[in-house]
Amino acid sequence: MSHSVELHKVGMTFGATRAVGDVSFNVEGGEFFSILGPSGCGKTTILRMIAGFLQPTEGRITIGGKDMAGLGPNQRPTAMIFQSLALFPLMPVWENIAFGLEARGASKAERRSKADELLKLIALEGYGDRMPGELSGGQRQRVAIARALAVEPQVLLLDEPLSALDLKLRQHMRAELRALQKRTGVTFIYITHDQSEALAMSDRIAVMSAGVLQQVGAPRELYDNPATPFVATFVGETNVVAGKATAVEAGIATVETGLGTMRGRAGPGVAAGQAVRLYVRPEALVPGGKGDNTLSATVERIDFEGAFALAHGRLADGSAMVASISSTDLGGAPAIGGSATFGFDTRHAVVLPDG
Amino acid sequence: MTATDRIARFLFAFYMVAFFVYLFAPLVIMGAATFNTSRFPTVTPWQGTTLQWFNELWNDRAMWQSVWTSMVIAFFVVLIALPVGTAAALILTSLHARARGFLYALMVSPLLTPGVVIGIATLVLWRQLGVGGGVFLIVVAQASFIICYVMLMVAARLQRFDRTQEEAALGLGASKVMVFRRILLPFLKPALIAAAFLAILQSVENYNTTLFVRGFDTPLTVFIATKVRTGLTPAVNALALIMIAITVIGAIAYEVARRRQAAAAAQRAA
Amino acid sequence: MAELYRRFGGGLSTIFVALVLMWLAGMVLAPNIMMVDYALRPNLPPAQIGGPNDVYSLDNVMYLANEAVHRSIFFKTIWASAFVAFATFVVCYPLAYWLAQHATPSQTAIALLALTIPFWINEVLRTLAWYIILAFRGPLNALLLSLGIIDEPMRWYGNGGVLAGMIYAYILFMLFPIYNAIESLEKAQIEAARDLGASTWRIHWRVVMPHAKAGIATGCVFTFMLAAGSYVAPALLGAPGSRWFTEIIYNWFFEGGDWNRGAAYALVLLVLCLVVVLVTLKLARVNLTDVAK
Repeated sequence: MSHSVELHKVGMTFGATRAVGDVSFNVEGGEFFSILGPSGCGKTTILRMIAGFLQPTEGRITIGGKDMAGLGPNQRPTAMIFQSLALFPLMPVWENIAFGLEARGASKAERRSKADELLKLIALEGYGDRMPGELSGGQRQRVAIARALAVEPQVLLLDEPLSALDLKLRQHMRAELRALQKRTGVTFIYITHDQSEALAMSDRIAVMSAGVLQQVGAPRELYDNPATPFVATFVGETNVVAGKATAVEAGIATVETGLGTMRGRAGPGVAAGQAVRLYVRPEALVPGGKGDNTLSATVERIDFEGAFALAHGRLADGSAMVASISSTDLGGAPAIGGSATFGFDTRHAVVLPDG
Repeated sequence: MTATDRIARFLFAFYMVAFFVYLFAPLVIMGAATFNTSRFPTVTPWQGTTLQWFNELWNDRAMWQSVWTSMVIAFFVVLIALPVGTAAALILTSLHARARGFLYALMVSPLLTPGVVIGIATLVLWRQLGVGGGVFLIVVAQASFIICYVMLMVAARLQRFDRTQEEAALGLGASKVMVFRRILLPFLKPALIAAAFLAILQSVENYNTTLFVRGFDTPLTVFIATKVRTGLTPAVNALALIMIAITVIGAIAYEVARRRQAAAAAQRAA
Repeated sequence: MAELYRRFGGGLSTIFVALVLMWLAGMVLAPNIMMVDYALRPNLPPAQIGGPNDVYSLDNVMYLANEAVHRSIFFKTIWASAFVAFATFVVCYPLAYWLAQHATPSQTAIALLALTIPFWINEVLRTLAWYIILAFRGPLNALLLSLGIIDEPMRWYGNGGVLAGMIYAYILFMLFPIYNAIESLEKAQIEAARDLGASTWRIHWRVVMPHAKAGIATGCVFTFMLAAGSYVAPALLGAPGSRWFTEIIYNWFFEGGDWNRGAAYALVLLVLCLVVVLVTLKLARVNLTDVAK
């Protein structure tokens, strides 16, 4: 089976600025694929290149095995949902939804029946004759999705479509989007700067930073096996200890740090004698010092979050540390102001080259 | 309240009264003169009340002919000015800052040119091409500056246009022509309607430019101005009164509609 | 231009460019160039056109410089137009200030509506109304006589009549730019100035007017230009002693039969207006983009 969307060494330069460089990845058919990164990392540029609003200055983009070079957005099997939604304010909802069919020369009756069908799919039956301005935020969102699905695209491109909604609605729409994607089987490429959104919804995620692709992988894989320091710190919370690798054996690196010797799984490119950093998730730190490695810290405060509490502390070298303690274990929590020891297993720590 | 405050208040009130008397006295007197039997339009002395001047207006073939001429001219001016003004605004917004400044200056230059000069320039050019004054030249000369107004009004509305709508339409498979017809034109419609109104108004009221290119045709403004020399009667006032009445009714209707709309919007927001 | 073609595609863009080219080249530039050509050539009988005497010279412009009557009418038109602009400003400023700073929204709406009513009927009819009011046996003289302010009717046609008619005609061109400019002034600034003990006069001179400079310049420029190029008000409300430069131009075309000299006079008027407009805008540091609102 051919990949749904394929990017091969794609680059984009605006004048003297290189917005995106040498990006390659494949998106499988029917996949929910996210591109995650802070604003300005080039993720929107990539989306606009796939959609055809921008032509890449280097490399090649294929969709369904077909090279897209030179094709405009109206000639590609993609549909895009914009951050602002860009509903047409002067057309009733049904005309909005059927706009793509109008562009393809469908008759009015055909357009109306397809619009009604889609309105049913998004649970807005009977809203066809309203104007977009009369709808709530969530309803407008769904209309934008229906409008994009109406043209039966191979690939649906979503540019942070949930960012304008409030938290509760956003969480609701996440589930709805995910369900819709499974039901329709359309490939989704989803842009977001919100890592929890990406982790919750995606089959796979591409992480971008400063125009460079950092890593592509399933959410668990990114979280557990970050390939670069950027991914390690951007996806989820983490603690960092700097040091020098003294040995790498059977995938385990031994690191000499200012806080003692520690061991963790060696990430790609780690070799003995190298300056490295060791990353440990807050939930891997266990108070009381059980585990292969230990860290001592002065506990400054404990923030109770419900299911768990976050213990914020300071390490001997002055850097900050955070450990997550399950609510059920709070009895054994360290005292505030006192010194405490946290332990972690070697398999829960990752060592990556510095820089 | 101090004495100077009181004096200032009084002076301001006096100014306001004087201003609005200045503004409306001409209209009132012109309207009132319609009902005076005096052959020369005036209100002093009042020689008797009559409706005969409406009758005279009704039977004044030459006057209606000139109204018709003005309407024909206005129609063609709108026909030219709307598309050209819209095209000019679209080109202007698609240019980079440097080129835009120059083109903009060229585009608004007719507004800063005295009307008589526009008429003269048009006249001498077309005489060279063997075309004399008349309805055609009036349309050409008027359109050359009325296009500026259309351009400015369309450009002002374009500034509020959300370009992602164009992208959304393209992304859904629309051709560029369809994007223009279904997305951009409907958005510009209110500005185009307002511009058409203004264009008609400017065309019908124009005198300075028209005077030089009219040839042997006589639009309304020229007709009235000529009447002053050849024998003015209150029939002209009757025409003016009808125009004032239409204006006032239109203005009131507009204000009522605006208030109703504002109230409806407030209700929806609540 | 590339952006235009990318946005609208080849067909539409070509139509747009063709339309605008027709306008700017055919209806704006070509007529003015032809007018300059006319202005610089002598007025010759048809047989001699293109002959040895048909050479460019400044004779037509020099004729204006040397003809005492025309010259004085020209300068009079300039200063009278400047005076019209100033007088219109004086008439409009207090109302513009009140509308922008003190009136309630509904007062403003009604006042603006009332202001536009006279301007929906055309300039000739507006001038005609003044022609009726200012007539020798007209209502103004009748009113002043009955109040005992004058003993015998005055002749208003002439400078006074032209001034009254022109101010009336150009009120909106002055009022709206100033109103827009003052509206953007924060009330707090005026209150602060008052709080610091500034007199009303000083507040206007030092706070409001500098803030509204662009609007005032725009209004004055437009009023000056319209006044200098006006034909109908001097023709209807003037007297033999108050002739306007546009009337001289008209006579060259339709009575004197010397289009070349008429074109030269028109050219002088155009150059003068452009110089005044550009210098005023430069002095007030107003951009052309801000003028046309």
